[in-house]
Amino acid sequence: MNFTVLTLAEQIILTLAALMLFTSFLLLAQTRLLTLIHIFALQGALLFATTLVIAFTYGRHHLLISAALTLGLKVFFIPIQLQKLVTRLDIKREVEVVGNPSLIMFGAAALVLFSYYAVLPIRELSMLATRNTIAVSLAIVLLGMLLIISRRKAVVQVVGFMCMENGLMFAAVAATQGMPMVVEMGVALDVLVAAILFGIFFFQIRTEFGTLDVDKLNLLKEVD
Amino acid sequence: MNALYLTLLLPLTGAVVLAFCGHKRIAGRLNLLFCIATFITSLRLAADVFFHGSILTPQNFFYVDAFNVYLVLLNSFVGMTTAIFSSPYMAHEQSIGKVKAGGMRLYHSMYQGFLFTMLLALLTNNLGILWVAVEGATLATVLLVSLYRTPKSIEAGWKYFLLCGVGIAQALFGTTLIYFAAVQIMPDNNQALMWSVLYEHASELEPTVLLLAFVFLIVGYGTKIGLVPLHNWLPDAHSEGPTPMSAILSGLLLNIALYAVVRFKMLIDPALGSNIAGHIMMAFGLLSFLVAGLLLHRQRDIKRMFSYSSIEHMGLITFAFGIGGPLATFGALLHMIVHSLTKSAIFITVGHAAQVCQTQSIDKIRGLIKTQPEIGWGLLIGTIAIAGLPPFGVFTSEFLLFSATIKSFPWLVISLLFGLSVAFAGLFRHVQPMVFGECPTGQVKVKANMWPVAVHLCIILWLGIAVPDVLAGWIDQATIMITGKGVL
Repeated sequence: MNFTVLTLAEQIILTLAALMLFTSFLLLAQTRLLTLIHIFALQGALLFATTLVIAFTYGRHHLLISAALTLGLKVFFIPIQLQKLVTRLDIKREVEVVGNPSLIMFGAAALVLFSYYAVLPIRELSMLATRNTIAVSLAIVLLGMLLIISRRKAVVQVVGFMCMENGLMFAAVAATQGMPMVVEMGVALDVLVAAILFGIFFFQIRTEFGTLDVDKLNLLKEVD
Repeated sequence: MNALYLTLLLPLTGAVVLAFCGHKRIAGRLNLLFCIATFITSLRLAADVFFHGSILTPQNFFYVDAFNVYLVLLNSFVGMTTAIFSSPYMAHEQSIGKVKAGGMRLYHSMYQGFLFTMLLALLTNNLGILWVAVEGATLATVLLVSLYRTPKSIEAGWKYFLLCGVGIAQALFGTTLIYFAAVQIMPDNNQALMWSVLYEHASELEPTVLLLAFVFLIVGYGTKIGLVPLHNWLPDAHSEGPTPMSAILSGLLLNIALYAVVRFKMLIDPALGSNIAGHIMMAFGLLSFLVAGLLLHRQRDIKRMFSYSSIEHMGLITFAFGIGGPLATFGALLHMIVHSLTKSAIFITVGHAAQVCQTQSIDKIRGLIKTQPEIGWGLLIGTIAIAGLPPFGVFTSEFLLFSATIKSFPWLVISLLFGLSVAFAGLFRHVQPMVFGECPTGQVKVKANMWPVAVHLCIILWLGIAVPDVLAGWIDQATIMITGKGVL
């Protein structure tokens, strides 16, 4: 595939896809909580931009609502709430030790390769010019999972979770030009409720365990 | 048609109303009232489907056929009987200070909210909404798991939330892939996620995409079913929450997730022209069945033990749907009913037993049959039923499943028999001393309403001796839909 034969819109979408993937890597490498939240907001903004581009290029005007939801939830509401929380709990400057940074980066790269490998049969078939996007969105979902399992702070796990959501929305928007309206609304509602519940949980965990380190959550075991 | 909308509207209204008055004394009754009303409308809905066949609403938004209507009926029935139990149980929990007024409001409101999301998941025709509803069911129950605010319950809630959230996200990716495959061949994007439309075009969908989608779907919804190795959240969530929640989580929610998987399998089989999806399900199911049976032995908490038993049974049902013939499917559908009736009856009994002994620890629950005979007998008979001994319904369905397995995969019967006897031993090793052991001092009788348990066990007994024609005909219709051939 030659990049220059694509239309301008497709080039923009592919560039945005690459940038979104790049922010996922940044999230994995970032150890400061506040910066992590900012990068997450940036990823949301990229998703917002992708949605806008597709809405205008393909004339899918219901995607504008979806774009507005992304802007409101992923760029403003969730990052701002997380930031407030981090300030309030006074863990703003906390630096988290990441297990083995280079190993995680290699793992992440392997996951991206795996995503491309997994969707290879689809790529051959697709008539859509944005065929790379499924692989990239799968990679973002998997990197979100990697972020969740490689960190101990509950806040980072939430960011990982929301990052997965970003990947899913990106798949829906870029690969299929948006799911039916009612589904997008339902998903957005679920994300909103989940974000609120996460906030409640932070306080419950903080009250009972005195920390937001999920390593301390080890009372329940498979077998005694 | 109206019955369909009422079935959804009633619990939704209930959730809103109880959000305001869920802490009052009357809330338990009100909760029950909403459940009874929902049960009546779902009976009406079932009658409609029975006499007039499948219902498809305008714009294809809701779809009711023999397969989901019997689960709707089961859901509202168990929801109702559990509400009967829940009312005095939660009043007792409040009186000993485990839950405060705000907690009660949350509990009652979310009880109805949970029923609503489950019914929505069953009745919707839109696969995207199915996902939204299943995720909604997680969100509705996640705060109920941590209702008691103990460190353990908060840990369980967090695990439940994060693991199920991450798991179910995979299912959304799978759904997106299905949509991606569908828009290639369908002109109307808004119809491309409608199950009934997809089912008509199933053989035209691109098989490679569907297979990839199914892998994501089984991992996603499989997390919700509690399939090994995705089951870690389940025993925690089921054991730390209030007991009525355990009863409907174990009895109903697992069924809903499995229902979703089977719906997708129905789409994927014609496209693939082979039973790969079924083989994946068989592998997950058999693994869950064996591992959960072994883990039963090592449990110290009575509710955890029965959650592992749920994993075991869901594994068996998944395995049976995986085999895929008419007999196996018939058995699996029947097993879904008998398992959820038996398991909810057991959890209700266990809730009372835990109140009698003021603990959930198996080592400390002793001599139930002396302290309060009806609870002791309830637990004993419930366990006999769930272990699959005749004359109860679980025996019937397991017998059918075994016959089907012998026909298609004779070698696997050995592992099934092994798993069954391991689980049997695990259950009785713990239950026997709890029921017949030396009675410690300090046990007090509690006000127990054993009617729901008695009714459930009688139905199980009835199903074990003779499955009524109406029900058998119904399950057979569902079997014909799923496999193309009936048993009767």
